[in-house]
Amino acid sequence: MDWSVIKLAVPILGVGLLATLKVCFAAIFFGMLLGVVLGFGALSRLRAVRFAVLAYVDFVRGTPLLVQIFLVYFALPVIGVNFDEYWAGVTALSLNAAGFICEIMRSGMQSIDRGQIEAAQSIGMRHRQVVLHVLFPQAWRRIVPPLTNELISLVKGSAMLSAISVYELTHAGQEIIATYFAPFEIFLMIALYYYALISLLAWLSRYLERRLPQY
Amino acid sequence: MSSLPNLDAARAATASQLPLAASPLLEVERLHKRFGEQVIFKSVSLQVAHGETVVLIGPSGSGKTTLLRCINFLETPDGGAIRLDGQRIGVDDNGRALSEVQLTQQRRRFGFVFQRFNLFAHLSALDNVAAGPQRVLGLSREAARERARLALDKVHMQQHTLKRPSQLSGGQQQRVAIARALAMEPELILFDEPTSALDPELVNEVLDVMRDLAAARMTMVVVTHEMSFARQVAHRVVFMDSGAIVEQGTPAEVFGRPREERTRRFLQHLHT
Repeated sequence: MDWSVIKLAVPILGVGLLATLKVCFAAIFFGMLLGVVLGFGALSRLRAVRFAVLAYVDFVRGTPLLVQIFLVYFALPVIGVNFDEYWAGVTALSLNAAGFICEIMRSGMQSIDRGQIEAAQSIGMRHRQVVLHVLFPQAWRRIVPPLTNELISLVKGSAMLSAISVYELTHAGQEIIATYFAPFEIFLMIALYYYALISLLAWLSRYLERRLPQY
Repeated sequence: MSSLPNLDAARAATASQLPLAASPLLEVERLHKRFGEQVIFKSVSLQVAHGETVVLIGPSGSGKTTLLRCINFLETPDGGAIRLDGQRIGVDDNGRALSEVQLTQQRRRFGFVFQRFNLFAHLSALDNVAAGPQRVLGLSREAARERARLALDKVHMQQHTLKRPSQLSGGQQQRVAIARALAMEPELILFDEPTSALDPELVNEVLDVMRDLAAARMTMVVVTHEMSFARQVAHRVVFMDSGAIVEQGTPAEVFGRPREERTRRFLQHLHT
């Protein structure tokens, strides 16, 4: 153990952790937004919309996150879309999370008792109103646990953004290693930083679950 | 609607004498329904007058519930026609299926009360009843709630407006469900075995509400196994078996002197 490197790394990795948080918060925000929209799309009455959403989710689930990150970073500039590393990273993580969140939303809403839908139809609600006013508010209870799992995956996945040089926790550590060559100490520290962050998220998730309304 | 004589007279009248208005409120004409290969009912015709209470009885699997669900297009019938006040339900004049907007506009003219209540689990009793007026009829939140309060009064649930369905007994839930239907001011209400999921001691509070509605001349079609209710409240009893209407008439006729052997056997079976 090289304690001097560890002492030096503590604040640097702290900055890296903040950068990870910044990427993840942005990705969670956009991923949720797009995921919820896609989730409603998955329950659309229009077959074409359902099919498009299904194809998207299938692609996201069927390809590695790292490849998706490279696709966004290297392929999009070819068609004229230019990002810096940070926004490329946020975009890739958001697009990935949206696919999974869509699936969580869809299965959560489809698991609501069919009688609820029929009751809503019987008072003349349209499909859109059934989804919005009956299925969506009841599905929250079931959506939150898998949703927080997804957010934890997203945080873990953000480590892969180091591959496109986004400045975040893993990348910050790699820079220290490149200078001081202490891979064991630094990766151990990186692991501990992630572990602390994810433990916090897991605790938050359990807290939320307890606070959810019971019907 | 007011052309009917008083309730007792109506009960005493035979089916043919029942003062059906010039055109009935609900007409079911040669309706067919099958699920895949299985025929649920075929060529069922039924007319319901304004203010009439029709009770559908028959063994399970006879097609009563599916018939009821076809009337407001919760299930799509495979053939035949349904008319409400002369207007075709579910299809336009050329027989084409209606758009979603048109169908939902027709559906709100029917109330539907489910066997398992199906109250919205996330909403209070009040908001369950107000949901339709607010979301479907476009009333303001306050106006919808005011209407919901009135409807809950009618089913004697004014004490429980803020409770969630899970905090209510089955009988209370079903009364809220009836209020939810009433709040839409439907032209008729369809009841699908409204007391079958209730503990015996809770059946009467629901039947009492339905009695009040019948007395107030709400048009109702009721699928039930409560023969005493059918006897006392129905203007007309319709016996279905194996996807067909076997016999219909006043309660006195159907229960007292059933013409058909199948009706006799069904009624005997109930008494043993």
